[in-house]
Amino acid sequence: METVANPMAHAHAWPVIALDHVSKIYGQGEAEVKALDDVSLTIDHGDFVAIIGASGSGKSTMMNIIGALDAPTLGTFHLDGIDTNSMDEYQLAQIRNRKIGFVFQNFNLIPRTRAVENVAMPLAYAGVHRADRRERALAVLESVGLGSRARHLPSQLSGGQQQRVAIARALVTHPVLLLADEPTGALDSKASHEILDLFDTLHAQGRTVVMITHEASVAERASRLVHMRDGHIIADERLRELPTTQLEVSL
Amino acid sequence: MNIAESFRFALTGVLANKMRSILTTLGILIGIAAVIILLAVGAGTSNAIKAQIAKLGTNVLTVSRQTTAGGRGPTGAVAGTRSRSTNLTTADMAALTDPVLAPDVDAVAPVVSAANVTSTYQDASHAVGTFVGTTPQYFSIANDTLAAGSLFTDADVTASNPTVVIGDTVAQALVGSRTSAAVGQTIALNGQNFVVSGVLTAKGSSGFNDPDDIVVIPLSVAQDKFTGYSPSLASISVQARSSDVMNQAQNEIQSILDARHSVTSANRDYVIRNQAQVLTTATSTTTTLTVLLGAVAAISLLVGGIGVMNIMLVTVTERTREIGIRKAIGASRSSIVGQFLIESLIISVIGGILGIAVGFIGSAFPILGTQPQVQWWTVWVSFLVSGAIGLIFGIYPANKAAKLRPIDALRYE
Repeated sequence: METVANPMAHAHAWPVIALDHVSKIYGQGEAEVKALDDVSLTIDHGDFVAIIGASGSGKSTMMNIIGALDAPTLGTFHLDGIDTNSMDEYQLAQIRNRKIGFVFQNFNLIPRTRAVENVAMPLAYAGVHRADRRERALAVLESVGLGSRARHLPSQLSGGQQQRVAIARALVTHPVLLLADEPTGALDSKASHEILDLFDTLHAQGRTVVMITHEASVAERASRLVHMRDGHIIADERLRELPTTQLEVSL
Repeated sequence: MNIAESFRFALTGVLANKMRSILTTLGILIGIAAVIILLAVGAGTSNAIKAQIAKLGTNVLTVSRQTTAGGRGPTGAVAGTRSRSTNLTTADMAALTDPVLAPDVDAVAPVVSAANVTSTYQDASHAVGTFVGTTPQYFSIANDTLAAGSLFTDADVTASNPTVVIGDTVAQALVGSRTSAAVGQTIALNGQNFVVSGVLTAKGSSGFNDPDDIVVIPLSVAQDKFTGYSPSLASISVQARSSDVMNQAQNEIQSILDARHSVTSANRDYVIRNQAQVLTTATSTTTTLTVLLGAVAAISLLVGGIGVMNIMLVTVTERTREIGIRKAIGASRSSIVGQFLIESLIISVIGGILGIAVGFIGSAFPILGTQPQVQWWTVWVSFLVSGAIGLIFGIYPANKAAKLRPIDALRYE
């Protein structure tokens, strides 16, 4: 189990994510496509949000912008109070490293590299000392239940195990946001269940989780559901109340 | 993200595909080894020729009669104004020692020669390659040293003593491999008896001409017994004060002889052969050879470099997804460039180091009869060049990798 202070114990002056009238436009003139059209969205600390929509609804574009992988054409995006528009390439890389933990549909582990080294890799880019890195990576692997598989290569692990390694890698830098893109898309139902349970546990520990999905059954696990269609948010419903301390802060 | 970290990631990348890394390294290895060996062959050849020429004396000018008709044409006017022989004479030779008119001439020696001289000793007989009648100065001018015995002296020349100094080849032919045994023996030259006073140190053959196949006897004896007495000489050997003043010495000789023979540069009846010119010609020939060999080697090195670039491009394409992942988890552009640049550097520098080792091993054996001499500068240059190859041919693929947008790279299948 991690030894960090529970994020819930802290009061936050600003939301994790604040999208303000954000548009993303691809192409020009006749071929212009508005992948996102004037979207505003605020996500608070400790929330578990599912962004759901069909293919082409703009949810992937949303994920790229929230993940600081792509910049909005119009509007502003604040991540943990930081305006990302003014950042250069190097600073964005640092933001991705320190603030965001990515979990991908295809796990995206680096092949021919052991589980523990995969998990430790973000710490290498953060400049953490080698021995320290390994210790922290092992601790996080332990917390996702893979302590005994630390020296396995990705090819020696099942899909569910690979996704756990990927989640461990996302958690190792203590990011403010866990951003998951179809995390169960490549898993069978049993493994999917386990991964979603892991997300539930992480949420219960106070982590902010944003999950992109097109499956209603997966989205139902979240506390808040954001429906997207044609680049707009068409519905935003709360499924479960957050702990009161959290709500007071966000209000 | 520090250098050590980039290096560790790069090493993982190199080791991930061992066979491919080894083959790419081999390309650089062959290129560097070729540069070192071929330049060593060039240097070895060049030094061998220079040493050969130096043994013959680099500050020696040979003045000899113009044997073609070019000098004194059948135009009666010129011939008619001459009252004396235009052959080279001992008087000509004496004039060349004038310290005022020829300050750069150090020593002179007359040379008369005869063809088809056969030496015999007991049952052995040997056709002599070069027969020289001269004065003792000849030996120092020709850079001759003794292996055994002594040289003949000015007194021998004056007294016309039948003494002879023989070269190593002649001595071996007459008395066998223990050449010092010839000293004091009486040998016959075309039936005339001579006492061997000394045997010369071997100079080694330069290929088509054996400088050790020589007999040297006093000038007076040669004139008495072989050429018949006359003041004319086959040639005059002139030693300049140093190899730096060869051209000055040559000009002085020309002005003295032109005046004495009443000729100009247009109709000279003698020629001057300059060992320095022979050396220059030989050096420029071997330089050309070295440049050609170096160019061939450089091309193979270039091919090796292109191989590195090719493999790095394949690697970048193959690992596009990995690059996307690394960028998503916080790798900056510079750390991606660093990782791939170090990968290509590892491949090329390891290739360079192994190539230097192979170059040394290859240069240890004689190639085409010459012992290659590894030039130290080629080792340093090769090492730097292999590093430069890694950088130059790695920078494009590394930049290509770093410029990938993470969302495109992640989507790449």
